[in-house]
This record gives sequence, structure tokens and C-alpha cells, in this order.
Amino acid sequence: MAAPKKGRQGTQGRPGRTLALILIAIVALTGGMFASGHTTPRLGIDLAGGTSITLQAKNEPGQKNAINKTNMDTAVDIMNRRVNGLGVSEAEVQTQGDSNIIVNIPKGTNSEQAREQVGTTAKLYFRPVLVTEVTGADAATPSPSASGSSSASPSASAKESEKATSSSSPSASATSQGRAVTDALKADPTPSGSSTGSESAAASPSASASTDPATAKLQAEYTKLDCSKKTVRAKAGDGVKAGDPTVACGQNSQGQWQKYILGPAEVEGTDVDKASAVFDTQGAAGWKVTMDFTGKGGKKFASITGKLAQNQSPQNQFAIVLDGEVVSDPYVSQALTGGTAEISGSFDQQEAQDLANMLSYGALPLTFTEASVTTVTAALGGEQLEAGLIAGAIGLALVIIYLVVYYRGLSMIAIASLLVSAVMTYVIMSLLGPTIGFALNLPAVCGAIVAIGITADSFIVFFERIRDEIREGRRMRPAVERAWPRARRTILVSDFVSFLAAAVLFVVTVGKVQGFAFTLGLTTLLDVVVVFFFTKPLMTLLARRKFFAEGHSWSGLDPKRLGVQPPLRRTRRASAPVDTKEA
Amino acid sequence: MSKLGTLGARLHRGEIGYDFVGKRKIWYGVSILITITAILGLAVRGLNMGIEFQGGAVFTTERTSVSVSQAETYAEEASGHDAIVQKLGNGGLRIQVAGVDTGKSDQIKKDLSKDLKVDPEKINADLVGPSWGDQIANKAWQGLAIFMVLVVIYLAIAFEWRMAAAALVALIHDITITVGVYALVGFEVTPGTVIGLLTILGYSLYDTVVVFDSLKEQTKDITKQTRYTYSEIADRSINGTLVRSINTTVVALLPVAGLLFIGGGVLGAGMLNDISLSLFVGLAAGAYSSIFIATPLVADLKEREPQIKALRKRVLAKRAAAAAKGESLEAPVVERSYDDEEPDDDATPAVVGPRAQRAQPSSRSRGRGRPSGKRR
Repeated sequence: MAAPKKGRQGTQGRPGRTLALILIAIVALTGGMFASGHTTPRLGIDLAGGTSITLQAKNEPGQKNAINKTNMDTAVDIMNRRVNGLGVSEAEVQTQGDSNIIVNIPKGTNSEQAREQVGTTAKLYFRPVLVTEVTGADAATPSPSASGSSSASPSASAKESEKATSSSSPSASATSQGRAVTDALKADPTPSGSSTGSESAAASPSASASTDPATAKLQAEYTKLDCSKKTVRAKAGDGVKAGDPTVACGQNSQGQWQKYILGPAEVEGTDVDKASAVFDTQGAAGWKVTMDFTGKGGKKFASITGKLAQNQSPQNQFAIVLDGEVVSDPYVSQALTGGTAEISGSFDQQEAQDLANMLSYGALPLTFTEASVTTVTAALGGEQLEAGLIAGAIGLALVIIYLVVYYRGLSMIAIASLLVSAVMTYVIMSLLGPTIGFALNLPAVCGAIVAIGITADSFIVFFERIRDEIREGRRMRPAVERAWPRARRTILVSDFVSFLAAAVLFVVTVGKVQGFAFTLGLTTLLDVVVVFFFTKPLMTLLARRKFFAEGHSWSGLDPKRLGVQPPLRRTRRASAPVDTKEA
Repeated sequence: MSKLGTLGARLHRGEIGYDFVGKRKIWYGVSILITITAILGLAVRGLNMGIEFQGGAVFTTERTSVSVSQAETYAEEASGHDAIVQKLGNGGLRIQVAGVDTGKSDQIKKDLSKDLKVDPEKINADLVGPSWGDQIANKAWQGLAIFMVLVVIYLAIAFEWRMAAAALVALIHDITITVGVYALVGFEVTPGTVIGLLTILGYSLYDTVVVFDSLKEQTKDITKQTRYTYSEIADRSINGTLVRSINTTVVALLPVAGLLFIGGGVLGAGMLNDISLSLFVGLAAGAYSSIFIATPLVADLKEREPQIKALRKRVLAKRAAAAAKGESLEAPVVERSYDDEEPDDDATPAVVGPRAQRAQPSSRSRGRGRPSGKRR
């Protein structure tokens, strides 16, 4: 027996060191979990309670390739803005698969409202700008009469018109629109006087003294409006009809928030037939957005631009308002009657395309239908989790009982391994919550429970191999070392198949199936780790113990119980040295 | 000891022997019968597709005193559609309304909360568009197809194409049985069911792969010996891994059973139940097919190979010669005994099958299971 032992030293390695390593790794992971403060796995909507909305992009005739990554991302972006406008910071919007968007809104929010916001096509309006200013901490000195040349852009121009020197022709025309404007401004002749130097001074020279309550209210809202706050921003335009003036926020190219009083919507998103981003090679080279209007829309647009062109800044601007937020506020220098218009400014390609997208699709680049909506109260979700966990615990207990009955002493190794596996699964799941946004949903719980079987199977394969070796008459230590290479291959091959199934499912499928597949894949990987770095070294160590090595009748490796007869074994050992048969 | 106890003890000692390959025709027959039944069931009864596949809403309430039939009336009034109401384990109700679009659900929820006198916040609503289930199912089929292709490629590389083909047949067999059971019993098919079905893929193959692994190992140098035919060795592999197969299946089924009977029992119908039910059926089918279908199929396919055919001839000729000499050297049908052959992963050619010393006629196989003593 001396020779084989020497030969085997290599495969045996240093079980103690491996064990110590994995235990340190587990302690480190667990420590990391506590350090990060995420001591429980993040629960999915179906367990924590809340609303989960699955939106499915629909192909529309004539736009075969509309469902692509760019458009999905744009849609996610827009939806994110919408749900988080509800004042929920935890709401998350993600693409899933090729054509789905999942919106998860945690409990405690108005799910009905959320659904309305998310599912419906965004509202896109063209509204005339009445008043605007940058909301900033620093109140710059007002420059009420910014003199300067009128901007020379031939068409509707710059997104960044705020920056452009404003035309100061004091010709506030008395159109109905103009009157609304002046009324609005009346209540606060120098709107908070905080426009920065470069901004167009909003003070309108008009001065009709009537203050109707609606205007006053609007003015009050405007004064109150603090665009630097997300929640305030989102609420700004809530419940305002297209025909009413409103207040809104928008971000200018410097990323500063600017607030507006906007007149009634003149042109709606549906009036835009098509918009596209074009690279302008002539004149002011750069990206611009061109719009084609529908027949009716063209007329409306002609009329509003005609009116606006006569105003002075800022009232010669119109704001493109998406979901209550100003996305662009080009100003108009002349009536645009051709049914087409272009917006130029210092866009980069992305900006131009985003704007064009918003304009042509009425905000969302795609049409979505609600594929499923799940609302779960935390109470019921908790109950399901509880039932799942109880089921898992009972399943685990049954597995343990079975293992103990069948494998006796060996089962201790299996149970310890299962325990290590469970701890690792839990810790990794907890850590994956904040890192990759993994959320434990009900199918994932199922996946974890099912994985008990997969994990236990690895031990069974290994133990049966060991027992085969014992039956062949080997002693415990050589039996373990001989059994391992064969068991290892079987475990790897079968775990690979299992992992392949999980991976394919994860990549291909959507929704609930994905969570399940992820858990299954994760636990399969962990199974390999545990078997290699825990079960095997532990087995090697224990094989040296008298209890196992001598095949105590409670060790599960009692040769007699396995049907080996001691005389046979003795003969066997003498006649067939095992060293030459090493794998 | 009872018969069962003896069986258990023999299993424990790894002495069970059953001629799986030899009796394969019987099991093929059984499987074909089951498959035909499954297909007939599917064709005649169809699948009971859940709400997820037709579009509709499932409302789950907390404990309520309203009776099932009353709740049904309420739900039908509120929605204008047929409703199915089930009592849940926790005293709550599960109200299922087909053909409701997601827009209408809020109204129904409100009405229901009034009728059932439950806080609307305490009603869970699960609403699905008619295409959602289809999409999940489509993706599932797609996943299934990709998985099958990959796994066949993998098995063909890791093992050989015959095993890949047999595994594929076994896999299709399992899926057919599971779907058939669903059609015949009328269990509801939900996305949970689809998940369960997809998991069976991995499991069914997992089991098969373990048997194949052992088969591959045992037949490594099969042509260099003349004692056993491929089929006999295949039989040995099955018998050799039988204990493992049984144990694995039991261990896998236990947690699933826990989910099915306890998890589902507490909550009534739900995703836990759907997944575990299809898993339960599929796991059982998977264990069966890896033993009775997959491996015998491999043996069948292998026996068509010229060199395996030649081997068979040689083996039979040798046996005939031995019989003529009046001294039967081989056991034509191999019974599982504890392995007293030499370890088979070394380079010695005669790695397959027990050593000649042990050879006995099959009629004497009753005496097997303990060392014959001849070997000394």
C-alpha cells in the first residue's frame, strides 16, 4: 500500500488548505454582504409587493425594423422619466428580451396612475412660450432690454435660443395669443428678475391691468416652481389640458433647468407626420431636425409660427413639451407655411435623433401594449414567499432524512455541503441585488428549491462511486481517491448540461422564466464549486478518520453492508495491487 | 425480511440486476403506448390553457367570508365575463376572469373589493394580455429548440452521435409524456408550467448523461474483448447506475413534492404549484426514460455498427464454442454483481465485463450477488 499512497498524494492535494480557502472565501463573502448592508436578497415585485407591468412593443405596418435596440432604449428612457415622475425613486424600467419592457413599481405607489403613465403614448405638444427663466441659485442681475440683432437663422431656429441674443422689437401683437401672454405676465411684470444675462429678458412691455384668477394661479405656480427638484418637475404639468396654459420645466444645453409659462397647445404630437435627424452640410453645418406635418398640422403650425414670429423674445419661441417637460424650445423668425420645418442648433447626432424620435412617434419610438400587469400586495407576496420557504425547508428536511437513512455517516458530509451551498447561494443572491439588480421572485425561489436536488445529486454520484470502489475491495482512502476522478467527470458533464439548459433559457426567454433560469444556473455553478472545493477535500480529510476508514457500521461505508466480505478484500489487496490502476 | 426490504438491501449493496436492454422491446412498447395516449389526449382533449394564454385577469384576495359561488356571481357582474373562483388554502379567493383586457381590470378590482368587502389594496391582480402567454410559449419553444441543438452537439462531441440521438429521443419522449399528462388530467397550463417543462430538459438529460458516462467508460475498449456484447455492457451500466438514478430521482422529487403538496397546499393554485406539478411529472418521466429508453436505444444503434456487430458474432461464437465444450464460460445475460472485475480505467485491454473466473451460466445467476469463490 505504500506505493499507491505516494502516487496518490498528487490527486489528494492539500485538502486542509482547500477547505480553509473556501471557508475563508465564504466568510469574506458573508462579511462583504454585511459590510454592504444588503443582508437579504432583493425581493422581486411578486414577493415584496408592488406592480409589475410588462409592455410589449408592437410592430406597426410599414415600420418593420422599428423594434431595435436604439428605439427600445429610448422608450425605456422615456418611461423611466414617466414612472419616476410619480415620485418613486425605486421604480425601475428595463428592457427584457428583444421587445419587452418591464416596469416594476414597488408597493405604496398608485399603481393605477403608474399604469396610465407608462402604458399610454406620451403627450407631445407644441406650446408657445410665454415666460421663461433659468432657475438657478444665483439670481443674476436682470437685463430687461437685451438689445441685439434679431437672430438671423432663416428657419425656426436654435434649440438653444435662450442663449441667442433676443430680439427686442417691442411689438407685442395683440392677437388672442398675445393677450394671454400679456395677461400672464401682468401679474408679475418682471418675472422674479432672475434671468441671467444671457437669457432673454422675459419682461414684456405690455401692461393691461386685468388680473384674472387663472392667470394669478398660473403665476403663483410659476413662482413656486422649482425645477431643480425632480418631484416638483414631474408634477408641474399634471392634469393640465392641452387647451390650458401651464407651467413646465426644461433643461437647456448647459444642463441648467429652465422654467416656463406656456400657452395652450397649438400643435399636437399627432400633427407631426414625420421627423428626422439630418446632417446639414450647407450653412451652419451640424445636425438638425426636420419635421413634416400632416395637412392639418401644417396649417396649424403655419398659423402659430406666423403669430410667434411677430413676438419678441421669449414669446417668439415655442416649446416642444413632452409629458409636461420642455424638450426643446426653438424660436421662430418667420411664419412657416410649407408644412415642413426644421429645428437647428448645436445638436450632436444623438440629440438630434432623440428629438426626431420623440417628434415622430409622439414621444415613444414604439407602440406598446400591456402584455401583463401584476399587482401584488406585500401581504400575499410574503405569504407566497413563506409557503415557498416552508416547502423548501421541508423538501430539504426530507432530503436530509433520506440521505441520513441511506448514507448514514456519509450524509454528514452531504449535509455540510448542502449547508455551505445554501449559505453561498444566499450570500451571493444578496450581493447580486445591488450589483446587477437581481431580484428574487417566486420562480427564482422555485429554482433554488429545485436546485437542492441537483446539488444533492453530485454527492450521490460521488458517494456511489466511493461505494463501488469499496465493493471492489478497496480501503477507504484509496477508494475516495479513485472514485473522485470518475465522479468528477460525471458531475461536470451533467452539471454542464444543466447549466446549458439554464443559460439557454436565460438568454432566450422573458419574464418569470428568466428569474428561474438565472437561479438554476447560479446554483449549478455553485454546486460545482462546493463539490470541488468543499465536499471532496472534506471527504479526503474524513477518509483518514478511523470512523470512516474502518467502515464503521454507521459510516455508510461499512463493507459488510455493502456486500463485501472481508476475506475477499484481503485476498484482493494482496493479489491486485491498485497502484498500477490509478486513474 | 419483506420483499421490499430485500430489494432495498440488494439495492444498497448494488446487487440489483434487471435485463433492461434485453427486455427493451417491452419498454419501447410501453413508451409508444404512453406516447400515443399522450398524443391522442392532446388531440382529443387539448390543453387547458390558463388565463395567461387567452388574456384575462386573476384576482387573489385575502381571507374573506364570501362564498365561492357568491364571489362568482360578483365577478361575473363586475366583468361581464365568465369567472372561475377557487378557494385558497389561506381562506382567500382566486378569481379568474377570462377575456378581460388590462384596461378594464381596475374597474373590476374596485367592484370586487366593494362586493367582497375587501380593501382594494388587499386584492392582488394579475392581468395578462392575450399575446403574453403566447410570447412566453414561443420563447420557450425557441429556447427548447436551441437547447436541443446545443445539447445534441455537446453530447455528440463529449460522447458520440448515437448517444446524442438517443438522449434527444428520450427528451422528446419526456416532454410528450408531460404534455400528455397535462392534456389527460386537465391541469391548467400556465407560464409556471412552461417553466417547469423547460427545467425538465436539464433534468432529464442530466440523468441520461450520468448513465451514458458510465456506459462510455465501460465500453472504452469493448472491441478488445470477446466476453460481452455491447448490449450486455449497456445493461451493466444501467444496473450499475441504477442506485444512483433512484437516489437522485428520489432526492430531486422530495423538494419538488414539498413544493407541490406543502407550498401548493398552503396557497392553493399558484405559480409554485404550476411549476412543481410539471416538474413532478417530468422528473418521473425523465428517470424512466433515461433507464428504459435512452440507454437501450444507444445499444440498439450501436449494435448496427459493423465492429460492434463483429464483436457480437465473436462473443456468440465463443459462447457457442464453450457450450460445445460443455463448459459455459460466459453469462449471456449479465446480472449486476458487485464489481469484481479489474478497474477499467487503466490501459489493460480486457477492461469490460467481469473476469472469466466468475463466469457462470445464466441459470445459475440466482447464486449471484455474493462472491462465487471461484475466483480464488
